Amino acid sequence: MSSALSFRTRPAKSKGFQSTRKRPVWEEKPSVVGQTAKGATLTLVVLFVVVPVYAVVLTSLSPQSSVNIAGGIVLVPHGLTLNAYREMLQGGVITRAMVISMIITIIGTIVSMIVSVLCAYGLSRPRSLGHRWILMTLIATMFFSGGIIPSFIVVADIFHGYDQYWALILPGAVSAFNILIIRAFYMNTANELIEAAKLDGASEFRILWSVVLPTSKAVNAVMALFYAVGYWSAFFNVMLYMPADSSKWTLQYVLYTYVSQGATMPGQNAATAFAGKDQPAPLSLQMCVVVLTLIPILVIYPFVQKHFTKGMLTGAIKG
Amino acid sequence: MSAISVRGGTATTEAGPGADADETGRRRVRTKRPKLPFRVRLRRDWPLLAMAIPALLLVIAFNYLPMFGTVTAFEYYDYILGFWQSTWIGIENFQALFADPNFWHAFENTIVLSVVQLVLYFPVPIGLAILLNSVLNSRIRSFIQAIVYLPHFFSWVLVIVLFQQMLGGAGLLNHLLLTHGMNAWNIMTDPGSFKYLVTAQAVWKEAGWGIIVFLAAIAAIDPALYEAAAADGANRWRRTWHITLPGMRSVIVLLLVLRLGNALNVGFEQFLIQRNAVGSGASEVLDTYSYYYGVAANNFGLGAAAGLFKGVVSLLLLYGANKVAHFFGEDGLYRGTK
Repeated sequence: MSSALSFRTRPAKSKGFQSTRKRPVWEEKPSVVGQTAKGATLTLVVLFVVVPVYAVVLTSLSPQSSVNIAGGIVLVPHGLTLNAYREMLQGGVITRAMVISMIITIIGTIVSMIVSVLCAYGLSRPRSLGHRWILMTLIATMFFSGGIIPSFIVVADIFHGYDQYWALILPGAVSAFNILIIRAFYMNTANELIEAAKLDGASEFRILWSVVLPTSKAVNAVMALFYAVGYWSAFFNVMLYMPADSSKWTLQYVLYTYVSQGATMPGQNAATAFAGKDQPAPLSLQMCVVVLTLIPILVIYPFVQKHFTKGMLTGAIKG
Repeated sequence: MSAISVRGGTATTEAGPGADADETGRRRVRTKRPKLPFRVRLRRDWPLLAMAIPALLLVIAFNYLPMFGTVTAFEYYDYILGFWQSTWIGIENFQALFADPNFWHAFENTIVLSVVQLVLYFPVPIGLAILLNSVLNSRIRSFIQAIVYLPHFFSWVLVIVLFQQMLGGAGLLNHLLLTHGMNAWNIMTDPGSFKYLVTAQAVWKEAGWGIIVFLAAIAAIDPALYEAAAADGANRWRRTWHITLPGMRSVIVLLLVLRLGNALNVGFEQFLIQRNAVGSGASEVLDTYSYYYGVAANNFGLGAAAGLFKGVVSLLLLYGANKVAHFFGEDGLYRGTK
């Protein structure tokens, strides 16, 4: 940790964090001990994240025999098999849960993004009628909430959302925080462009679609990821609104029930688990569910990850 | 720095949207324009208003209606009768709530967990940001960033399942302990260490993501300061202490204000999921209390009372924390119009 500080040879506002820096001439040379300690710490941090994910993925791919050898979670592969996935995707609760989760995530993200982008743009033009009031109305929701019970009553009793899929989407469709970030980003869109479009007779929708959206891909991508992850990760709303009917469960709730709480998976019991050699271990099946919840995130993450700093910070850390 | 700048670019004069071409012009002395009549502004701005309406409707339905729904806390709620017709019982729910030792236990747990998280979680992203910033190679730096941001996008169920597999009774750690002749220690079901376990989970999930604002704050520090300090003979530690940390000060204060204001939000799903494993003694917090006594035990009035109590106390905490930030000369979360 010798160079706990680094010294920038670049202006603070450049995209500098992406570029490799050179050690400035005036800076003292790092000590070997310090460099080693720093490297070890960072390696440890990375391993903390990587090892559990690796172990879970490997266990889901391992046959019964390697699970037995390892006595549980597998760290060293002894042969790989896709049996657990084959069994899992044959149909039944888990396959259906995955499809339901996918559909809810896709529809929810589309709804959230449309609503948030429209609202953010509508509030982003300076000095428009009433925008401060609307903004205040949104911001207030960040500081006070009625709590779980009134929300449940409103959704379940007033809007009759019990056992309805929309109850998993609409109540959380709008995040005031996300709208504020998008709005702050849009306010940085060059005003000359908007003015020019206006002079050409473009409507507000046209300006949003052709001028603002194309110039704010970073924030749009990051916000879409946030919303998508929110829908994909939600499990409590299923517990609230449709706990009884396992045919309506989402993948996270399946994960909660069968893996976290250890309920026996449908079609799985001691007899079938040890019936044949090809039968995947119960642990592999559980880890298979874990991996299924991981895959969409791991697939989308790399594409959006590069936008994080720009998308988040232009909005959040401003003013 | 303020997190929410409502004022940003919204000056008080009443010109058309964008009529005053440059956004930064708000510091300029402006000639006072005549205020346009409401109807003219409405005709001009109605598309913008229309765009905000869907979001506004959703917020009214699912955020404001529940706020008014807190009247349940003063009712004997019957779902057939609804909000309006349920019997009004005044503060009886609150009397029952404050007489319930379980409620005070949940309150105490919430506060203790909040303090533990503040002490053990809060400094982690700051240290990690400083450490990561010291890595000169950009490839390594962005690789580490990509890895440590990732758990933020995992669901709580997933995080807890991963912890179970690593530290649980049948998990990796205990397997290693047993095969090396040591006693097993099932951390996942040990009520005594539960507060450290949930903090470790929070660190694992969120600390990596937390560095993003601190990295930005460090990046905004003028590099000439470091050179000048080095020329004056300050070593790395002195430079960290006297330049980097003060440079991050306003962000740290802002996040501290938010943390204090959210002291009662210690996480909900995290406790719900692990409640069966460690028991309600260690894992009951205000939110789970509200849920279990309200929805699960069908005592909506009591649950709503607990929720309202938490909401009001949170609001007061936020207000207080913000005042403290002002006292130390920082903007905090918001500042009244100057």
